[in-house]
Amino acid sequence: MELFDHLALGFGVALTPINLLYALIGSLLGTLIGVLPGIGPVATIAMLLPTTYALQPVSALIMLAGIYYGAQYGGSTTSILLNMPGETSSAVTCLDGYQMARQGQAGAALATAALGSFFAGCIATVFVATVAVPLSELALKFGPAEYFSLMVLGLIGAVVLAHGSLLKAIAMIVLGLLLGIVGTDVNSGVARFAFGIPELTDGIGVVSVAMGLFGFAEIITNLESTEKRELLTSKVTGLWLTKEQFKQAWPAVLRGTGLGSILGLLPGGGAMLASFGSYALEKKVAKDPSRFGKGAIQGVAGPESANNAGAQTSFIPLLTLGIPENAVMALMVGAMTIHNIQPGPQVMTSNPSLFWGLVTSMWVGNLMLVVLNLPMIGMWIKLLQVPYRVLYPAILLFCSIGVYTISNASFDVIQTATFGALGVLFVKLECEPAPLLLGFVLGPMMEENLRRALLLSRGDPTVFLTRPLSLAMLLAAVGLVLLIALPNIRKKREEAFQEEQ
Amino acid sequence: MIRHPKDFYAGLVFIAFGIAALVIGSNYNLGTAARMGPGYFPRILGILLILLGAALSLRALRLQGSPIAAWKWRPTLVVLGSVVIFGLIVTTVGLVLSTILLIVMASAASHEFRPREAAISAVILAAVCVGIFVIGLKLQIGIWPGAG
Repeated sequence: MELFDHLALGFGVALTPINLLYALIGSLLGTLIGVLPGIGPVATIAMLLPTTYALQPVSALIMLAGIYYGAQYGGSTTSILLNMPGETSSAVTCLDGYQMARQGQAGAALATAALGSFFAGCIATVFVATVAVPLSELALKFGPAEYFSLMVLGLIGAVVLAHGSLLKAIAMIVLGLLLGIVGTDVNSGVARFAFGIPELTDGIGVVSVAMGLFGFAEIITNLESTEKRELLTSKVTGLWLTKEQFKQAWPAVLRGTGLGSILGLLPGGGAMLASFGSYALEKKVAKDPSRFGKGAIQGVAGPESANNAGAQTSFIPLLTLGIPENAVMALMVGAMTIHNIQPGPQVMTSNPSLFWGLVTSMWVGNLMLVVLNLPMIGMWIKLLQVPYRVLYPAILLFCSIGVYTISNASFDVIQTATFGALGVLFVKLECEPAPLLLGFVLGPMMEENLRRALLLSRGDPTVFLTRPLSLAMLLAAVGLVLLIALPNIRKKREEAFQEEQ
Repeated sequence: MIRHPKDFYAGLVFIAFGIAALVIGSNYNLGTAARMGPGYFPRILGILLILLGAALSLRALRLQGSPIAAWKWRPTLVVLGSVVIFGLIVTTVGLVLSTILLIVMASAASHEFRPREAAISAVILAAVCVGIFVIGLKLQIGIWPGAG
């Protein structure tokens, strides 16, 4: 069967010692990041991107992917033990996981999270492998008009499913697109928005944007708040499940895996949406929903499986269509571009060992996480006792060195600091930075496809509406906006009316 | 009257970026739809940004929203300042001294700043960074002044 050939090819790549090493480094670093609050996977991947320049592309991507799904594991550990989500995607795990820990069942909760995640990781790997081939074959039939509309749909979808104001998010996308086209225009050779600065003619670096908006801004806003983090570590005993617990947990793991795999596919989806969706589902199907929030094992098993499945399947749109659906995937686009790989459907055919190597490495990485992390929990907890006042300067240092080493230039560091300031401003104004990053990486591609589509149609803009696939995608985008906008308007109106009374 | 300050000022920020895009972009050749020049796409984006920003700001006159949290300048200035200084001096003074300066200065941004602790952590981190980045990853950074 073709699937097995592909997987065999992938394992051939993923199981070479060097790639095993990078999968290990990636998943361990990811866990570390997941455990530490105040630095997320986006900032970490941005920080480590420069150090992967010298690696083989496949090793680089394997390591970066490991960071993403490793972070899901690490985040659950702190949620359960400390009621403190290391990652937003494990925020719901706090609800029941921490309660279980308080009832002396920390070990069972941790084991559920780890085994659920591993199971989800296995299924999601197969899912990625199965869905990827037909999707990329479909995408190969796309012309520039279809691609342009697909990007519109992807960008709109990403903000519709994310939280916050829709109007602001769309404006952030457009600003991102604008920042994305800074630099030399490939067709005319004109340096756009470069202000005579030679470094800007190469465009703004994705690392600077991501690290400034996600890393620096986060540190600064954390420092502004003066509340102290409290540390209460409960004893972890018996990292295993009773038969009864196992019976309760496994249907939740199955549901979480299924839901997470599908939600991970959607634009704007990924780990976070998956875990929240799964928790809601578990509560709905439970015989006794009142147990949720009081240590229900399903409340750990479902979301933890879902976020890992979602983290992995969110690679599908990137690998098959070349469309990143969340901020982490946007950085993966940056990583691929650095290695001269244009993300999209052609990756699978032109670079099959990279594609399948990356897919299978996810399964390998998940296995490593289960084997390594359960015994290492004690060490992660110790690490949490390092106070933030010591931690953040170190994070700042690694970020600065990371940016500096991109091209040993002071300019990159200053540029990143500028985006840090912009990031703080966005936090103050409640503008989510993720849509900006998505727009940023898609900017050049969107302009190029718009240009080609209009060139082919001799300047007729209706080409986007007369080609059926393109029209369908644009209609879907409009539909999504209306879907969200309508109840929103209604709700806001109600609020406004209440004000006047 | 501004009822939703966050939306209102966010709108102004977007409008400012949009206007900047149009003004600076006016130097670039527009071309035609069939043959887009370098100024074509930026103009579309600039106009879109202004429209979206205006909608956001106007809507803020009607919607109710919480005020913008006060901007405490110390963390922003100290954190970003220490990073910028690091970027400016690392080539000339090398990794060790610039690391120590960055850590001590950045630590001062916290209200829990402890000078002794910061100094110790700075020295340890400098050694760790030399180990990882210069010896381990073999990146081209000087360790001491004059080496870069």
